[in-house]
Amino acid sequence: MSDEKHHISSYLSHIMVLMGLIVLTVITVLITSVEMGPYNTAAAMLIASIKGAIVLLYFMHLRFDNKIYGVMVAIVIAIFAAVIVVTFFDYLYR
Amino acid sequence: MAEHTETKYLPNYLEYQGKHKGLLGWLTTTDHKRIGLLYFYSMMTFFLAGVVMGLLMKFELISPGEQIMGAQTYNGLFTLHGLTMIFLFVIPGVAAVYGNFFLPILIGAKDVSFPRLNLMSWYLYILGAIVVLSSQFMGDGPPDTGWTFYAPYSLKTQTNVVAAVTGAFILGFSSILTGLNFVVTMHRLRAPGMGWLRMPLFAWSLYGTGWIQLLATPIVGITFLMVIAERLLGIGFFDPAIGGDPILYQHLFWIYSHPAVYIMILPAMGAITEIIPTFARKTIFGYTAIVISSMAIAFVGYFVWGHHMFTSGMSSTSRWVFSLLTFLVAIPSAIKVFNWTATLYKGSINIQPPFLWAISFIFVFMIGGFSGLVLGSLATDIHTHDTAFVVAHFHYIVFGGTGFAFFGALHYWFPKMFARVYNTKVANIGLLIFFIGFNMLYFPMFYLGLIGMPRRYYDYLPMFHNANILSTVGSWILAIGLIIIIVNLFRARKATGKIVDDPWDGKTLEWTTSSPPIVENFEEIPVVDHGPYEY
Repeated sequence: MSDEKHHISSYLSHIMVLMGLIVLTVITVLITSVEMGPYNTAAAMLIASIKGAIVLLYFMHLRFDNKIYGVMVAIVIAIFAAVIVVTFFDYLYR
Repeated sequence: MAEHTETKYLPNYLEYQGKHKGLLGWLTTTDHKRIGLLYFYSMMTFFLAGVVMGLLMKFELISPGEQIMGAQTYNGLFTLHGLTMIFLFVIPGVAAVYGNFFLPILIGAKDVSFPRLNLMSWYLYILGAIVVLSSQFMGDGPPDTGWTFYAPYSLKTQTNVVAAVTGAFILGFSSILTGLNFVVTMHRLRAPGMGWLRMPLFAWSLYGTGWIQLLATPIVGITFLMVIAERLLGIGFFDPAIGGDPILYQHLFWIYSHPAVYIMILPAMGAITEIIPTFARKTIFGYTAIVISSMAIAFVGYFVWGHHMFTSGMSSTSRWVFSLLTFLVAIPSAIKVFNWTATLYKGSINIQPPFLWAISFIFVFMIGGFSGLVLGSLATDIHTHDTAFVVAHFHYIVFGGTGFAFFGALHYWFPKMFARVYNTKVANIGLLIFFIGFNMLYFPMFYLGLIGMPRRYYDYLPMFHNANILSTVGSWILAIGLIIIIVNLFRARKATGKIVDDPWDGKTLEWTTSSPPIVENFEEIPVVDHGPYEY
């Protein structure tokens, strides 16, 4: 493992990511005051997904890591998405 | 039969004295073998407690009417029995004990990737167990929901549900960390020359299990947090009275808890796959097919949870989709059974206790599997849902599967773990009595379910009496067999005798190291240049 190169992120990039997450959190709260019906949930999920992606890419270094880890995470997300789709399949046809 | 290797002295894991000695040495150990034994002793304690609870429930059912307990006590007891057996025994089960002990040895490593995290997993397991058991003594009485905590009842009951689900939540963390550790270990620490397709099949089964632990367990963790939030804060996730959906709870619960069946059964299948070629003295039939079937079970197992919900009010479209998917999972399971039997074909079979446990496993697992088809099929499930048939089915799968494999693996690896040889004749007698008791206990419950006896009641109509007597007597026979098995192993543990490194003529790496294994498993990391089962 010692021969592998490790990417060291700058403080600036960490602070930028932190600011981005805070801004997105504020938007999540503010958006609840806009009446969009079921799309409120979709908007909250979308913002949460963006936040999750930022954490994965920068704080967890996925962006700088070997591509195989990105593929593994993508497979995990695909399985999770499939589970969600199958669950909502029930609600769609009930 | 290889003699004990005598080169330079290296302390084995049992006698090694590190920074701390005695009990403190065990409680602070990061040696995967010692952690495996910590799991073993704690899980056996919980298992035996669960057995006693089961015996008490069966005694209550020996005759209609109240015998030794009333309805509320019975409800609390079957909940605690389920929580203990599912969360404290079969889910950590074969993986936590034999996975911890043997995975690094099987792949030629010194330890798991994260030894301290491994110890932390055990502490989380113990903490979770304490919190689960504390639910019996705190608050307004033991939970009476069953281990499934179905909403909205789990939200309404005055019993101490919060402590029980909090304990289960903590146990989930233990499971996730063990899965993570095993997956990373197999990716990073395989010995030189051990490609993925040279890995023993027990290791492959742990790989599939590890991914399920990682991906499915968080979902039930969040679900339990939602139950706590709803009970304490009144948020309407699941209670229809405040805008929730109780079927959503069932979805979320079974999204984890059905794959959890594969967390229990995949390592069990892996252990059986190690035993069969050793005692058939023959290369495993269809190595690659077994690898693919392990991963296929892990994958397809994610998408079959709805078969627990056919009578819940789920949409009819979802019902037939889940039924279809459920039948698909039978294919990789059957592939394993065909491969085991094909391995036996023309083998030089050495009939020893581990082998007898393995073929007993196949027998009871087949009955469990076939009765599962009755429950996976929409029309027949409507008739048998929530009856004793379901109880019989999952005991054939969970106890007959994981339990038989657990004891089979114990008899297989016991000489390696403890460098002691047990009395094979007594072991065989114990198994025979256990096997008779097991079938006598659970098989009548198929019949009882088919004629309409509901599950989870302390009382029943007189028409169910005869089969219940048979079942209760079966539970006593099973207990006698279990006592013989445990006493036999306990006596062997205390006995002194000739130490043999490879008593069964096994070919995987654990049989190349000393008995018991030295602290870092091998004097030198082995170089692997062939497959795991070359006879």
